[in-house]
Amino acid sequence: MKLTLKIWRQKDAKAKGKMVAYQLDDVSPDMSFLEMLDVLNQDLIDKDEEPIAFDHDCREGICGMCSMFINGRAHGPDREITVCQLHMRSFKDGDTITIEPWRAKAFPIIKDLIVDRSSFDRIQQAGGFISVNTSGNTQDANNIPISKYAADTAMDAATCIGCGACVASCKNSSAMLFVGAKVSQYALLPQGRVEAVDRVKNMVAQMDLEGFGNCTNTGACEVECPKGISLENIARMNRELVKANLIKF
Amino acid sequence: MSGFFNSSIGRKYAMALSAFFLIIFLIIHLSVNLTSVFSKDVFNEFSHFMGTNPLIQFAMQPVLIFGVVFHFVMGFILELKNRSARAVKYVKNTGSANSTWMSRNMLLSGGVVLAFLVLHFIDFWIPEMNVKYLQGDMSGLLSDGEGYRYYEELVHKFESPLRVGAYVIAFVLLALHLLHGFTSAFQSIGATMGRRKTVQNIGKAYSILIPLGFIVVALFHHFNH
Repeated sequence: MKLTLKIWRQKDAKAKGKMVAYQLDDVSPDMSFLEMLDVLNQDLIDKDEEPIAFDHDCREGICGMCSMFINGRAHGPDREITVCQLHMRSFKDGDTITIEPWRAKAFPIIKDLIVDRSSFDRIQQAGGFISVNTSGNTQDANNIPISKYAADTAMDAATCIGCGACVASCKNSSAMLFVGAKVSQYALLPQGRVEAVDRVKNMVAQMDLEGFGNCTNTGACEVECPKGISLENIARMNRELVKANLIKF
Repeated sequence: MSGFFNSSIGRKYAMALSAFFLIIFLIIHLSVNLTSVFSKDVFNEFSHFMGTNPLIQFAMQPVLIFGVVFHFVMGFILELKNRSARAVKYVKNTGSANSTWMSRNMLLSGGVVLAFLVLHFIDFWIPEMNVKYLQGDMSGLLSDGEGYRYYEELVHKFESPLRVGAYVIAFVLLALHLLHGFTSAFQSIGATMGRRKTVQNIGKAYSILIPLGFIVVALFHHFNH
């Protein structure tokens, strides 16, 4: 396959970036998208040019590092995948592919296609945990009965890998699918209920502080989420926040 | 609780609550309008009651005006804040791949409905206020004293094809606004959990039938008189 790639190049956080076009003449349809970028980078290195900086780690769809907006969509075409799970057979010979980093005020660009997602970490640190002593004296998990529904729904929410595709796809750069999932995975379980009031209040407050936009329920996040996190988690978070305010106001 | 309404989610709640109020108001307004298709007298009676009842005039009407203004101003503030959350736009963004046109253009559809409301105020509300409270004529009668004036005024307004055209366009945009807004309001207050499809279906029916009702009333009077 012959491809034209238009890629966002930005030297560092402060530099002004621009789209730069590259040609690749021998791309196999069996390559993953990241392998295709590896080939391009090898070409650039051979020509003594600066390779394209992009985040990647596991290359098996669970690390969520690959913050690439490909042809106008988070992680490119196809549903419920990350960039390493995107293959070149999804494109045609002669295609032009645009590759940009996530764009959101709360995800500043570090270099080229790499963005700083530490705002997600700070939201998580504001309440996305349970305070429990795990120093060898934990009780048997089956001591607390949990319904199949709660266990399954909490697990579905917990599959969020914090990749930020929801923020990237949202026209408002809202982080509510991420925060909704993190609130839900605890809210559904008895162990999480103990700190539920403070958790939702603190996580939402931190989310607002980070400069994410507001959810307008377009549903783009749910469509682009590589883990298929449902909008229902946002509804649950909204409900949790009202409950929390009614309890303590 | 004031902290709640300053949070991003709290503001969405406020937006949804004003939307619910307007959703109920539309049903009441259409119910009165529809009577004009079936009975001139019933429409006149309803209109006179709505126009002179102190509870409706001095309690419900200010609340309604506040609701409309609040919904628009809050919507506008949220839109500005949301736009500022992405300082640099994407070079290529295929929004149609993951969301509906309606959901991405609520400010546009809402803006058209608001422009229509200005026309509506000039057509009906300002003349009403003038007759009732400036001229002091609370009788609701025609100038010759022969029966109520409301039905005649309604029929007169729908004579102009231009006004009917503007009316139809505004209600099509209202339908598009509601096709996203109805479900969105329920989602914002967390009421869609486990019943999203049901809410979506009710929303679709409401969003098409209510604006269609208003359009039918306008076209009925335009072609019948």
